[in-house]
Amino acid sequence: MADRHPEPDTPQLRARWGNFAWTEANAAKAKEIIARYPAGRQRSAVMPLLDLAQRQVGAEENTQGWLPLPVMEYVAAQLDMPIIRVLEVATFYTMYNIAPVGRFHVQVCGTTPCMLRGSDDILAVCKQRGLKKGHTTADGLFTLTEVECMGNCASAPMVQINDDNYEDLTAERIEHILDELAAGRQPKTGTQEPGRHTVEPVGGPTSLTAMVSENHDYRGEW
Amino acid sequence: MALADKDRIFTNLYGYQPWNLAAAQARGDWDNTKDLIARGRDAIIQEMKDSGLRGRGGAGFPTGMKWSFMPKESKDGRPSFLVINADESEPGSCKDREIIRHDPHKLIEGALVAGFAMGARAAYIYIRGEYIREAETLFAAVAEAYDAGLLGKNAAGSGYDFDVFVHRGAGAYICGEETAMIESLEGKKGQPRLKPPFPAGAGLYGCPTTVNNVESIAVAPTILRRGAAWFSSFGRENNKGTKLFQISGHVDKPCVVEEEMSIPFRELIEKHCGGIRGGWDNLLAVIPGGSSVPLVPAAEIMDAPMDFDGLRALGSGLGTAAVIVMDKSTDIVRAISRLSYFYKHESCGQCTPCREGTGWMWRVMERLRTGDADVEEIDMLFNVTKQVEGHTICALGDAAAWPIQGLIRHFRPEIERRIADRAGDVREAAE
Repeated sequence: MADRHPEPDTPQLRARWGNFAWTEANAAKAKEIIARYPAGRQRSAVMPLLDLAQRQVGAEENTQGWLPLPVMEYVAAQLDMPIIRVLEVATFYTMYNIAPVGRFHVQVCGTTPCMLRGSDDILAVCKQRGLKKGHTTADGLFTLTEVECMGNCASAPMVQINDDNYEDLTAERIEHILDELAAGRQPKTGTQEPGRHTVEPVGGPTSLTAMVSENHDYRGEW
Repeated sequence: MALADKDRIFTNLYGYQPWNLAAAQARGDWDNTKDLIARGRDAIIQEMKDSGLRGRGGAGFPTGMKWSFMPKESKDGRPSFLVINADESEPGSCKDREIIRHDPHKLIEGALVAGFAMGARAAYIYIRGEYIREAETLFAAVAEAYDAGLLGKNAAGSGYDFDVFVHRGAGAYICGEETAMIESLEGKKGQPRLKPPFPAGAGLYGCPTTVNNVESIAVAPTILRRGAAWFSSFGRENNKGTKLFQISGHVDKPCVVEEEMSIPFRELIEKHCGGIRGGWDNLLAVIPGGSSVPLVPAAEIMDAPMDFDGLRALGSGLGTAAVIVMDKSTDIVRAISRLSYFYKHESCGQCTPCREGTGWMWRVMERLRTGDADVEEIDMLFNVTKQVEGHTICALGDAAAWPIQGLIRHFRPEIERRIADRAGDVREAAE
């Protein structure tokens, strides 16, 4: 199991987040989410609502966002759930940040397929730049986490930073990406390999070549 | 015997063309879906059975048969559900991501056809939380299908009412286990349920439920259009069809590619991956089906057919066809130990043998990696893997045990060498 500890419940935390409420847009979004599940099964919405709440917290403090206890209580109240059931969910699923994080959450995949393609080098660059696993840099810019397989194995190694993936990394490429983010610019997402489109073999596809230039309909050849 | 492009199902696999409805329809998706449904439930299920399609999520259970387990009609008013497993998290696996972000309408059309065939009222697509952009595409594709009347009341003009909902996970590998997925959908921790009851009897919200992998569902409309005989013309007996292979690690060009089942390993690598890095003599071992299956040494895999039975004969498995290739530069003990760490991290904590065992096995693996162990501990570790295997509610315990067993079975001399080397170093230092 992953070792995780929620941010302690303190008067300061209550003072800062005790009045949490959805923004108007998110209130509408929450309503739409709850409607995806059968009547009386609104608890099914706990995961998407926690995600929504984390994003709202993030937008308020200009970070990736996290879940202070009063925010979890707010979600529990909306779904008519015991608070402990919400806390259980928030602590079980690792994408819920249960302690504050920085502006950019740098999640380096370190599982075997990425390891074989050089994720050690990516982590080394992060370390060299002062990023430390489980910590946020003093300027509040970067939080580093080593994560488990992210499902980008054919374009490894990779890192997910907030909502975007950066694939086919090298030490130089991750340096560049972190530099750009620190400078307030959005680097190119997806594969960083020049000329590669997605997960076709580097140098061009060995199958389905007709699809490269046109939306080919193969049915005529059936 | 090479798979021709016209026989590939996922023609937009690499996303050179748009994923949207208009482009998907131009490629042949949602083409008179009404007619497919008009064939009736029994005929659809029979066609799927005849096609020989085995579940693409790893276990390889015949898909048509799975659908047939669902109740023909509701005797007590409970609805039935289809749950589509898009919680792709098995290390090495990266195929469902390509389907979802580049060909989502194949999946959505498949959901309607499969949902109809099993009498489901709705489908929930459970997509792993980390697939953030992919989920955005999927939400948008579902919305497009509703707007075009392909989902909802009288879906695609079929007279059948069917809904598709997307549900995002939040970073738990275990939710790929079908009953953990159902728990998670109900808003709980993803801890697997004891079976029986099986989901087909009592699954989501206590209703009959079938859980299918993304690829199994997404190939269904094409199988129905082209016929069982077409699909079963590929691959060996009992291992039919085409399959998305995902090749990672030490090949020149890692990629995802749709190929014929049973394609020999060497052909797969030569044709699509530019060969093994450093040549075939440099190949050390391959994990052919994602992290949960035991590794296979180079000599045994080179000419093996890549299918369920061929890899089982080598003491491994096809799993999700996530092929992790390792050349001779690999620290093989570390490669497996890193997988042990993965299982330790992802154990849900419900069963003691897994919760305690995964951590214990990882710690011993780390000592074997550096050689800081006694030779007897190799057998002790093997023994412990046997005590975890088969003694847990779900297969995560087994999945944690098998890679270690494979390592010990094939690379014991390497582990012993490290222990001897380290013992020598320690003696030297003492002298």
